[in-house]
Amino acid sequence: MKAEGSVFKFGDNIDTDVIIPARYLNVSSGDELAKYCMIDIDEDFVNKIKKGDIIVAGKNFGCGSSREHAPLCIKCAGISCIIAENFARIFYRNAINIGMPILECEQAAKEIQPGDEVAIDFATGTITDKTTGKQYQAQPFPPFMQELMNQGGLVEYTKQKIAKQ
Amino acid sequence: MGMTMTQKILAAHAGLDHVEAGQLIQAKLDVVLGNDITTAVAIPEFHKTGATEVFDKDKVVIVLDHFTPNKDIKAAEQCKKSRTFAWEKQIKHFYDVGTMGIEHALLPEQGIVAPGEVIIGADSHTCTYGALGAFSTGVGSTDMAIGMATGETWFKVPSAIRFVLTGKPAKWVTGKDIILHIIGKIGVDGARYRSMEFTGDGIQYLTMDSRLAMANMAIEAGAKNGIFPVDDITIAYAKAHTKKEIRIFEADEDAQYDETITIDLSTLRPTVSYPHLPENTKTIDEAEKDHVVIDQAVIGSCTNGRLEDMKVTADILRGKKVNPHVRTIVIPGTQQIYLDSVRLGYVEDIIKAGAIFSTPTCGPCLGGHMGILAAGEKAISTTNRNFVGRMGHVTSEVYLASPAVAAASALAGYIVDPEKMAGGEQ
Repeated sequence: MKAEGSVFKFGDNIDTDVIIPARYLNVSSGDELAKYCMIDIDEDFVNKIKKGDIIVAGKNFGCGSSREHAPLCIKCAGISCIIAENFARIFYRNAINIGMPILECEQAAKEIQPGDEVAIDFATGTITDKTTGKQYQAQPFPPFMQELMNQGGLVEYTKQKIAKQ
Repeated sequence: MGMTMTQKILAAHAGLDHVEAGQLIQAKLDVVLGNDITTAVAIPEFHKTGATEVFDKDKVVIVLDHFTPNKDIKAAEQCKKSRTFAWEKQIKHFYDVGTMGIEHALLPEQGIVAPGEVIIGADSHTCTYGALGAFSTGVGSTDMAIGMATGETWFKVPSAIRFVLTGKPAKWVTGKDIILHIIGKIGVDGARYRSMEFTGDGIQYLTMDSRLAMANMAIEAGAKNGIFPVDDITIAYAKAHTKKEIRIFEADEDAQYDETITIDLSTLRPTVSYPHLPENTKTIDEAEKDHVVIDQAVIGSCTNGRLEDMKVTADILRGKKVNPHVRTIVIPGTQQIYLDSVRLGYVEDIIKAGAIFSTPTCGPCLGGHMGILAAGEKAISTTNRNFVGRMGHVTSEVYLASPAVAAASALAGYIVDPEKMAGGEQ
């Protein structure tokens, strides 16, 4: 699995309330939620991004609520990957469960600049900033997670498990 | 190597003698919880797994508390999805308008959660039940769906920070002040992925309502869970509320902690978190100097909507009037707390003071309804988050504090030490 796109950059402690404010949580469709992705931190975000673009952020990305609507609206808005110094734990788990690719890499999160063109190879965890030519190494998913991701997320994984029983 | 309290509970639920930090385990679940926002997302995922029934009708809990009584048509449609599902699957613990309360006030009160259990909930404040000596943590809707289908989930076993609480807190210092102080000290990611294990001789002075408020906000330090040892206060509470088995787990003496932080509770002051992160704490003395004029006071939520919170609010407001420029909104956590507040005269005190007393709802805490802020407005709130736009407009501001500070500030019109307002002077 690979991703490539332009970078949109955010700071530390980006919380789920700015990713998708609760006033929009009266619907559960990902495509509907995607219209309001990041609205309380960048009102014009969804109009600026194109499919495949990448979010780069600081530490504790996705802190706050357990709303799965947060990774879901980012995924449905067309973002191909989130690179952060680190993630809040519920967001991290939710992102994996719904198949929203995320990588933790402190150096990449610090050095990559807004607008840079970045390519990612998820199998190896390699992040290439094509604008600067620099390469970064993130931890690829551990085997347990890779299996889950390969099967299309937690639901598919469980479906196969239930079918076997 | 010894295990922490959290690790022992997880090991027992994974059928293992021993677990260590970082280990991936599959654990059996005693309770799987969802609310109106998260269950609506979980239901289609549940169906996709191929499951036709929930793993146990007694162990799935659905509480419609966020946008209820329904705030608009979309919320009504969303709640209807949960209602239909709960009726179809014959969910025993389904709480709708009439029986509904704020989930984390409701579950301990109704005895649905008990010491020693493993609980997941599609709501980040599910960590509240750690006050009872249970392992409980917030998850997303997909995890809830799989939990409902299988009764199991995977966990990465967390390491822990030990908080040794010593001494007796002063008069106006409650669990809320202690947890805000701790978050101010370690930051909103200070316990990221880890357990916060509270221990020490200071715990004997903390009521169950105070402990619930503290465990509730473990997530605001990024923690996977917050947990208290089971003592006489826990056992008395559990016996009064639940028929479930009380399983007591204790940390091993040689348990490994990433860090030990000692806090002398007798030195703490009422604490306020400034916008826009819970870690931006100041003591009430510092806050008073800033003379923060407020437009609204909210007393309630899964953090501070319990009977003790209603009592202190009534005690402070009794016989006085809130500042006419402060909309004061008091929300009990459950119907039982509402009834008790009526019976004890708190509701009369609160309404006569010029505040409102609402039906239970999460409402304003997450900017849902029942008290949304306009541009530039400021609120003192006993809720748990003060992120940008949390209670309304993106330029509005939320200051987090205890019910005593919020009630006193409602009288004064600015953030004030409750001691100044409780003595009769105004």
